[in-house]
Amino acid sequence: MSPVLEAKHIHKYFKKPILFHVLKDINFKVDKGEFVSIMGKSGCGKSTLLYVLSTMDTDYEGDLFLNNNRLTNQSRDQLSYIRNKHIGFVFQFHYLLSDFTVLENVMLPAKKLAEKSYQEIEHDAMEKLKMLNIDHLAKKRAFRISGGEKQRVAIARALINNPTLIMGDEPTGNLDSHNSKNVFDIFKRLSEEIGLSLLVVTHDEDFARQTNRIMTMEDGKIIS
Amino acid sequence: MTNWPLILSISKTHLLTKIKQTVIASLGVTFGIGSYITLVCFMTGLNGMLDDLILNQTPHIHIYNEIEPSEQQPADVFDAFKNSFNVIHSIKPKLSQKKIHNARPLVKYLNEDPRVLGAIPQVKTQIFYIAGSIEIGGNLTGIHPLDEARLFRMSDYIVDGSAEALHQTDNGIILGIGIAKKMSLKIGDRVQVSPINGGIFSLKIVGFYQSGIADVDAIQSFTTIKTVQRILGQTNSYITDINVKLHDIEEAIPLARKIEQQFNLKAIDVKTANAQFETGTTIRNLITYAVSITLLIVAGFGIYNILNMLIYEKMNDIAILKATGFSGKDVQLIFMSQAMIIGFIGGILGLLIGYGLASLIDTIPFETEALPTITTYPINMNPLFFLIGFSFAMLSTFLAGYLPSKKSKKIDPVQIIRRQ
Repeated sequence: MSPVLEAKHIHKYFKKPILFHVLKDINFKVDKGEFVSIMGKSGCGKSTLLYVLSTMDTDYEGDLFLNNNRLTNQSRDQLSYIRNKHIGFVFQFHYLLSDFTVLENVMLPAKKLAEKSYQEIEHDAMEKLKMLNIDHLAKKRAFRISGGEKQRVAIARALINNPTLIMGDEPTGNLDSHNSKNVFDIFKRLSEEIGLSLLVVTHDEDFARQTNRIMTMEDGKIIS
Repeated sequence: MTNWPLILSISKTHLLTKIKQTVIASLGVTFGIGSYITLVCFMTGLNGMLDDLILNQTPHIHIYNEIEPSEQQPADVFDAFKNSFNVIHSIKPKLSQKKIHNARPLVKYLNEDPRVLGAIPQVKTQIFYIAGSIEIGGNLTGIHPLDEARLFRMSDYIVDGSAEALHQTDNGIILGIGIAKKMSLKIGDRVQVSPINGGIFSLKIVGFYQSGIADVDAIQSFTTIKTVQRILGQTNSYITDINVKLHDIEEAIPLARKIEQQFNLKAIDVKTANAQFETGTTIRNLITYAVSITLLIVAGFGIYNILNMLIYEKMNDIAILKATGFSGKDVQLIFMSQAMIIGFIGGILGLLIGYGLASLIDTIPFETEALPTITTYPINMNPLFFLIGFSFAMLSTFLAGYLPSKKSKKIDPVQIIRRQ
């Protein structure tokens, strides 16, 4: 099986305030349908790695492949397009556009991609919301819903373009145990039912233990 | 490939959810542009009025025979005194005739010049207005009433009666309003005038003249050239002055020089005659521009400020848009379009407010002795000002939006997401 995401010899340096070698020779693969979690102490570089993998951070050395396409040294606009089409994000803080309704938030990435008509996008968005049991919130403004609901909206938004990979930066970090479990179950279901690959940075050991594979990082290296 | 409908719909949502801020930003533009339009219409209107005050009545070139001393006195040309320093006391002006020699052909010649809008002859003379035993000194000018009305807007200064009436009436006179008051005369009455060399002529009053300058109105009257020639007992070739109006006022100086040289006459151009007036106009225009530019710059800074704040507030939105696949250019366009929408709405409202205020000023009564035909404050509603105002609204919002939106383009989403 070909890997969805592959990192080869990734190095990254922080140049300010002093030169600091934050990622040291990172090599790993994520296969299709695999649910991988990255664990490690604060400051070990796991979030930094995630942002390098996300294509948002382009200041690194080494090679990065998504579906066997080399991402390294592609133009920013090209990367924006790849991010839009192939990668979904879920962050610790929900990062919805608070001026927009839930439905509009979910629809935005698809509108940007502009491969479908408005009606199709709206239909898809409602489907995603239904799948996550939050379709009744569709017309509410994003800042009027609870934290757990926001996180599910963020997941719906990550799914709208049917990406090949979902990335999460502590997606349950800010949620209580009930909502954490809820989010985990959704991720698990996506990986098993749709064959979505997931790569999640987390501090939550219970969460990590239930994933297919745990990568542990220490001092900028993957140790297991 | 830019997805304009999406970008505009995002801008619209931003603008509508922060409606208060949007309104304030737009009002900044509105007031800037509105006051610019009002000010510039009003000030150029006033300037135009003041220009007209002088220029309407003033010929661009005034040709006449000056009474002056000879430039070369006999002592200067006498060979014996050639190498000495001559001091001559009590020089007298040279005796010369007041009439312009060969005036008719000269007028004809000038009228054929393509630079000349019109050249019309006048006959000026001193007379006495006679009221019983009282004699009041004054000036009587013989004119072609219709030409004067056409070229020098004489009708604007005739408060009663008309230039046509003078043209049609034999032995008619348009009397200065000051004299008319002194002598309690009204239209249809007859006034007796006497030229300096004697004789009494009775003229019928067909109108009153008010220039706005009381000293002039107290002495000046007009009649036809023929009438003056008859009063003076001169032939119809007797012309003392020629007034020339040009197509382009800038031609006045060179043409005046040329006439002086060619015909050995005195030719005064309007710029020399009204030098201080020129300076006044320039300075007033300068003030108008300075004030308008200040207003527009202040409006521009207001927009810059508000957009800057807007972008700081929307940092998270920018990060999330970029994370979900919007390019830096998309984000920049989102904020640019907000700025331009604010500029457009504010600009249009500004034009309307400017138009409204200018129209309001146009209705305020303004009565002045100086300009009998003006009843309200003058407004110069030049479409160019509206064009400039609107262009500036768009330009300043573009510039004010460009810098902050450029910043939003460069914002690194990772930094914002990780800062939390």
